[in-house]
Amino acid sequence: MNLMRYKNFYFAISLLFLLPGIFSLIFFGLRPSIDFTGGSALEIQFAQNPENLVFATDSGFQEILAANYDYSVLQSVGEARVIVKGKEINNQEKDQLIETLEQNYGELELLRFETVGPSLGSELLNKTFIALLIVAFSITIYVWRQFNELKYGVCAILAMLHDTLILLGAFSLLGYFGGVEVDLLFVTALLTAMSFSVHDTIIVYDRIRELKRRNPRASFAEIANAAVLETLSRSINNSMTIIIMLLTLVVLGGESTRLFAVALLVGAITGTYSSTFTAVPLLLSWDRFFRKK
Amino acid sequence: MKKRSLAKSLFLVFFLTILAGFIALPSKIFNYDKPAIDFYFLGRHIYKDYQLRKGLDIQGGMQVTLEAMMDGIEEADRLTALEAAREIIARRVDLYGISEALIQTAQKDDSYRLLIELPGISDPAQALNLVGQTAELDFRLQQVLSEEQMLEATMSPQIWLDSFVPTDLTGQQLKRAQAEFDQQTGQPVISLEMNDNGRELFATITKENLNEVLAIFIDGYPIMTPVISSPILDGRAAISGAFTIDEAKNLAIQLNAGALPVNIKVLEQKNIGASLGEESIQKSVRAGVIGLSLVLLFMILYYGYLGFVASLSLLIYAILTIALYKILGVVLTLPGIAGMILTIGMAVDANILIFERMKEELRSGHSPERAMELGFGRAWDSIKDANLASIITALVLINPFNFSFLNTSGLVKGFGLTFLLGTLLSLFTGVVISRLLLRAFLPLFAKKLIKGGKS
Repeated sequence: MNLMRYKNFYFAISLLFLLPGIFSLIFFGLRPSIDFTGGSALEIQFAQNPENLVFATDSGFQEILAANYDYSVLQSVGEARVIVKGKEINNQEKDQLIETLEQNYGELELLRFETVGPSLGSELLNKTFIALLIVAFSITIYVWRQFNELKYGVCAILAMLHDTLILLGAFSLLGYFGGVEVDLLFVTALLTAMSFSVHDTIIVYDRIRELKRRNPRASFAEIANAAVLETLSRSINNSMTIIIMLLTLVVLGGESTRLFAVALLVGAITGTYSSTFTAVPLLLSWDRFFRKK
Repeated sequence: MKKRSLAKSLFLVFFLTILAGFIALPSKIFNYDKPAIDFYFLGRHIYKDYQLRKGLDIQGGMQVTLEAMMDGIEEADRLTALEAAREIIARRVDLYGISEALIQTAQKDDSYRLLIELPGISDPAQALNLVGQTAELDFRLQQVLSEEQMLEATMSPQIWLDSFVPTDLTGQQLKRAQAEFDQQTGQPVISLEMNDNGRELFATITKENLNEVLAIFIDGYPIMTPVISSPILDGRAAISGAFTIDEAKNLAIQLNAGALPVNIKVLEQKNIGASLGEESIQKSVRAGVIGLSLVLLFMILYYGYLGFVASLSLLIYAILTIALYKILGVVLTLPGIAGMILTIGMAVDANILIFERMKEELRSGHSPERAMELGFGRAWDSIKDANLASIITALVLINPFNFSFLNTSGLVKGFGLTFLLGTLLSLFTGVVISRLLLRAFLPLFAKKLIKGGKS
């Protein structure tokens, strides 16, 4: 079976997933959380809700809230629980707001209150870029050194970039259509997804290197194809176990880590796909391109 | 001979697992209390009671980032002032009775910061007051107590504290405090230097109250209670006492903090109610257990006997992980638990790689024993190379050297740490323990494996 003959088909599949995400990234961008922009977030649980109000869409609630707080996001989560985000407020202003809400809607519990100053937000953005650069750079150097050829390093990073873009694109779309925000945990998931991607790619490349040593006369395309075939079932099985764990976390896990798990899940899936169907075809294209010259 | 060493190693793994299992068990199961490790060995008392440490997002509490306003403080003194502010806050928090509080300093360009984690705090306004007040230093004279009062004072710290009467001498008149060695005795002393204003006041007070106690208070709490042995006219005093040079330095730092009040501004504040974490952790743990069972099922269904061995080492992995968290005192956060759940999925990777290799070797006609050894040998290279990428990423997330250009958030570190521990531990269980188990169990099902490998 010659899997690598359908190289262009695999690139087409990648494009199919890449393009909407890139489009969305360019036109809609990402929806940054207060971790990046600065501001305040409150999560409020009301003790009772006799009229079965859906707080987030109730105009009376919105009015009372708006009169006391310059908010930008209002979401309902679960029963009688809301998340409010907006301008940065201090403890006194927060206490006042809570008091007003208690007068109108009875007893409530403030589950979470976060305030981030604007300077810290932009600092986090810098830190994120630096972390991404360090990871990408050190992995390129490592793969390059390990395989003694620049093409392995570059192709591994291109595959990683492919996964990163799909993940970013997915969250851009989720942000535009579902109001999903990217926060500190998303950055963490992104970095982890990068390591997934390279992890699988290295396994395939490793096999290519080994087969090349054993069959010095075979063509590079033959070797690459054999390596993919031999590692495919391992790649799928291993991803299965990771996907099982992450899916249970998404479906059954707590609210606060759900989106984190979704991001990791997207990363695990694209990482598996790209190691076989992006990283190896890229290597073949590179090989053909430079051999012709 | 070989068999004997195998038996020995197996016994070691068995023993390790039992020990780890014991540590990993929660201290209370239904109504039964787990006995703590508490015994005498060679005359030494050995007592260990390992607990899982819960992060702020699980047990609830408050996390604040404060900025120390350094205007009006000279560049060279800023780090000292920041360190002093940390000490003052740590002492306040301690007096306030918050256990396991974490207070760190950080410097980012021109911004001097304090990162504070206060578990179990439900009133952020009160906590901020406690933490954010500027340090106040003052000198107080102790009244002469009657015998009856003395007795009361030993019973109640408050009465003892009340016996000190404030003077007009405060931190505002203190120019500098420094830890030194006394030139004659060689003992560590703390030298105080008052400014022009304080010099006269100091002289008057010491002249009028010879042989009385002039205590030094910081934030209403006595740091030292020296006796005036002679009038001090030049505004310089040396306080000797039973302290080491390090203690003297610390005291000097605290005195300087009194003299250099740092105003504090809140940069970031996160309060998490305890109920939110409780709810999430139950769900996460349940998800982890169900996921683990599904992975075990998958491995056994797909790889049969081999899968059974992999499942066994995965269970050992899970037990070792929890025991390791307890022994190392890893602070468990919700992202950290997610990281642990993720690494359970990744831990079988080494086994899968090895088994696929074994299958290939079986197909090319090797005996099961030989195929196993070859499989482990050949797969090891890929396993090692691939896991290094995970380790690099985990290290960037953990930021072990606290570089200011990388993340310092506890949540991200929590995830990075469980991810790193998981990767390292899964190398151990996936390669070392699985191999031992396979060597032991292979004879039991070797024949069936040959059939399976050929089909």
